[in-house]
Amino acid sequence: MITQLPLWAAILVALLLLGGAMLVLLGSLGLLRAPTFYSRVHPPTLGFTLGMSGILFASIVYFSVTGRRLAVQELLLIVFLPVVTPVTMMLLARAAIFRDRRLRRDDDEAYARSVQVAEELAQAEDEAARHPEREEEPPS
Amino acid sequence: MSVTIVSWALLGAHAILCVAMLLAAIRVFIGPRAQDRILAFDAVYLNAALQVILLGIRAGTSAFFLAALLMGLLGFVSTAALAKFLMRGEVIE
Repeated sequence: MITQLPLWAAILVALLLLGGAMLVLLGSLGLLRAPTFYSRVHPPTLGFTLGMSGILFASIVYFSVTGRRLAVQELLLIVFLPVVTPVTMMLLARAAIFRDRRLRRDDDEAYARSVQVAEELAQAEDEAARHPEREEEPPS
Repeated sequence: MSVTIVSWALLGAHAILCVAMLLAAIRVFIGPRAQDRILAFDAVYLNAALQVILLGIRAGTSAFFLAALLMGLLGFVSTAALAKFLMRGEVIE
């Protein structure tokens, strides 16, 4: 149930709520539209940090003005959530960098192996061209 | 008057967060690699936590804030664990 509160507080709460929600929407839109993973990490991080801060500040203003209780749990959330979100995204980006490096190293190893096989094949063909009579000898 | 303003702002924020959640869920489904899906899943989780906070503002009780705090904590732990799994585990390659 929404209690009565002064007009300036209502307008402030509404602006903070809508602004925070729009920032979160921007973050999700960037997550959907960015082309590569490393560009997809940035929009949710920025948008969610600011958007969550906005919504939590709206909640603090609302509960402080209506005076129903002290806004302590929102302070806990404000300390916790927007600090933790960039940390998780950073962990994920590090994991992605690790995976990409491992993939590229595997690719390099496969390429080197294929080059080696091709060189051995070319040497064998040279040997066969240099000694044609050996090929035609029937194995005794 | 002010109650109307706050009520409509809550409704609009709910709608906007629902759209954001839908976009992140689309990325969960089309994400080409595992880290894309984990990132989008984290985004969906945080959207849900924010919607719980909005519900708490509408209801005026403190239980919703504890639920949102718990959701944030679980989202952080699960995403960190999945990132660690991506680095160490050899399952999906």
